[in-house]
Amino acid sequence: MSKSDNDVVITGIGIVTCQGVGKDAHISLLTSSEVAAPRVDAERFKPYPIHPMPEIDWSQQIAKRGDQRQMENWQRLGVFAAGLALDDAGLKDNAEACGTMDMIVAAGGGERDINVDTLIVNEGLKRNDREQLLNEKLTTELRPTLFLAQLSNLMAGNISIVHKVTGSSRTFMGEEAAGISAVETAYHRIKSGQSTHSLVGGAFVAERADIILLVEGIRAHATGDWHPLWSRAIENGGGMIMGSVGAFLVLESRTNAEARGAHIYAVIDDIEGDRGRREDRGLETRLGRLAGLASDLPASDLVVFSGSSGLVDLAARERAVLESEFPGAAIRGYGGVTGHALEAQFPLGLALAALALDTNAHVPAFDKDHEKPMSGGATHAVVTTVGYIRGEGLAVLSGNA
Amino acid sequence: MTNTAFKDHLGRPIIAVTGMGVITSLGQGLADNWAALTSGTSGIHKIERFPTEGLSTRISGTVDFIAIPRPNAVERSFAMARETTTEALAQAGLSGDFEGPLFLAAPPVEPEWSDRFELADRAPPPQRDGDAYDRFLTAMRQRPDPVFLEAAQFGSISERLSDHFGTRGLPVTLSTACASGATAIQLGVEAIRQGRTDRALTVATDGSVSAEALIRFSLLSALSTQNDPPEKASKPFSKDRDGFVIAEGAATLVLESLESAVARGAKVLGILKGCGEKADHFHRTRSSPDGGPAIATIRAALADAGIGEDAIGYINAHGTSTPENDKMEYGAMLSVFGERLKDGIPCSSNKSMIGHTLTAAGAVEAVFSIQTMLTGTLPPTINYTNPDAAIQLDVVPNVKRDAEVKAVLSNSFGFGGQNASLVMTREPA
Repeated sequence: MSKSDNDVVITGIGIVTCQGVGKDAHISLLTSSEVAAPRVDAERFKPYPIHPMPEIDWSQQIAKRGDQRQMENWQRLGVFAAGLALDDAGLKDNAEACGTMDMIVAAGGGERDINVDTLIVNEGLKRNDREQLLNEKLTTELRPTLFLAQLSNLMAGNISIVHKVTGSSRTFMGEEAAGISAVETAYHRIKSGQSTHSLVGGAFVAERADIILLVEGIRAHATGDWHPLWSRAIENGGGMIMGSVGAFLVLESRTNAEARGAHIYAVIDDIEGDRGRREDRGLETRLGRLAGLASDLPASDLVVFSGSSGLVDLAARERAVLESEFPGAAIRGYGGVTGHALEAQFPLGLALAALALDTNAHVPAFDKDHEKPMSGGATHAVVTTVGYIRGEGLAVLSGNA
Repeated sequence: MTNTAFKDHLGRPIIAVTGMGVITSLGQGLADNWAALTSGTSGIHKIERFPTEGLSTRISGTVDFIAIPRPNAVERSFAMARETTTEALAQAGLSGDFEGPLFLAAPPVEPEWSDRFELADRAPPPQRDGDAYDRFLTAMRQRPDPVFLEAAQFGSISERLSDHFGTRGLPVTLSTACASGATAIQLGVEAIRQGRTDRALTVATDGSVSAEALIRFSLLSALSTQNDPPEKASKPFSKDRDGFVIAEGAATLVLESLESAVARGAKVLGILKGCGEKADHFHRTRSSPDGGPAIATIRAALADAGIGEDAIGYINAHGTSTPENDKMEYGAMLSVFGERLKDGIPCSSNKSMIGHTLTAAGAVEAVFSIQTMLTGTLPPTINYTNPDAAIQLDVVPNVKRDAEVKAVLSNSFGFGGQNASLVMTREPA
């Protein structure tokens, strides 16, 4: 593909998963010869295993203790990962660049106060006037700051406050689709000249009983011990293991990036999201159409980063499509080694793909029984995300050759 | 007509509004809303949805007349959005699949308290502090509840709207707090300007008033506590204003490239001429006291529209009735519009009658802005009996006014520092 001024390039990567903090830990993952079983906490929310957050020194990216205290972990993780991405792009202390930078955050909601919720439902077991009880307890027990920590758009708000990113601030919601639309929107704005540089990404905290409860509404969680992504079976629950993830990217037009001498990790060639009925091969038809975005790429140096949630049936269906659309390509289900990160899942896939392309990595199999070794270093990548309930997206990336 | 007639000052497609729909506490549909709004009627009332005994705020602008299968925020928000979109598409003369993207501003949702109590009822008894969710999980394992999940999925409203109206691609669900409605419109404008589509469905809805939502805003001292009489509580730009009145509503605007609208013979209701935004890094709930980001937002919208501040004939203010917003907004407008603001540009707040429809506000007020130009009637700011001497504005006090308006500015400034302004005009050029 020939270079063009309005190519959308990735120049900053901020990434936190159970594999570690920052890009080096993830380059190690992508360039190692063999992948060890990832960190899993199978006890805390037993019988549901999750991939926990690594140890994080928040003050590295959130200097003021007061700012840290205004947030809970979900917002902290996003603000932290956004800071890593800005740092990595060399824009962290560039007031002019941050003041004109566009931002799209893919967000869920923040943490609830589990103790207050417990207090209220326990009292409710003894009383019939539950609505009155609610008014009494919420009025006296809720901490005002926790409301702000819960608000979806306040991850972006905190990024503006802590990192001074203020060109624009938008928050997209809607589980995995939020992450897909966030990157898709930023891509088209840059491609068409509406934006020159954007911060885009999200964060997800798996260590939350309130979220685990929601997902159990459809029995989506894997139970018991960790198994590699494509090896999960219905005997061990639904197949999804959530992971705490922060993933932000700095996207720029090639002109903007080259003018300031920024390092270009990768080029986003194309991206699209879609949704619709999944029955009657609806999912397969849509994924097949999206895969067409990458139809002219050589399979030999192509790595497909699948963001599959691990849900047993959906994972098998997606893999079948990928194998038939990209025969010969290496498929890597990255959620197997990071956990599924909902809103942050798609940005995470792009971050991993960009690191793999930049290092020309021979990405090792994350699930040895189901993923074949790469014959050459990655020069092209496809990233997919199939939402655990709805929404699909696919991006095509190339190294900056 | 030559092609250039369809391009703006930057050579981009001009964006027409060809359909509008709205629901507020004043009623369903543009006609009823407009009649109430121009007659100075308030939709603010005592809350009946839940008991308010002991709460400092007991009033709101809830929408209680839309039938929903289950009383939760997702159902209510969806139902209102479905109704306003049906209205807007009918006005636009579009039937069948919409075949364009959907941009939806929707409130963040969480499980309802009634559902938590229900789970607690069927869960094992408490064993230790803070164990409610462990017990809920035990109950959920025994009997999964997909409805419980779906009622707290942020993507579930746009999913249903997409299916219902046949929109194309992956819908965007967004929140920029009180600016959300304007941001949805902005995303639609951008998509058409990118040449990715000829039309976009922009929808904003908020049916999320609950005891917890009310109490949360109350704890931030954001709400008016002037409960009696309810219809007098929201008094933007007045001296004794003491907070906003939480409310519900929805609005839909059908956006089309002017070229495509004209080609299919659609009636053009107005032009979405420009959008501006600028984020604030001052504080989580407060705007920069100097109004810098708000000023930048208004200026960006004017620049995007390619018109000078002297072209604006009416301002549809954010005007929340909080002490801080109205002061800051006035200061921002003053620095953009100068002396003319005092008596040369009427500037009213719909929120004096409908309250603050939060996520929906930017779109609801955009619909009313277009309607202002179409009808030549300025809706008033009601409850304006005690002017704030520090705010020298022509707020169209208490009674509507006839005025020919060619260009309107509509402001939306949100918690979290998210600000957006829209410039709408009657004519393309």
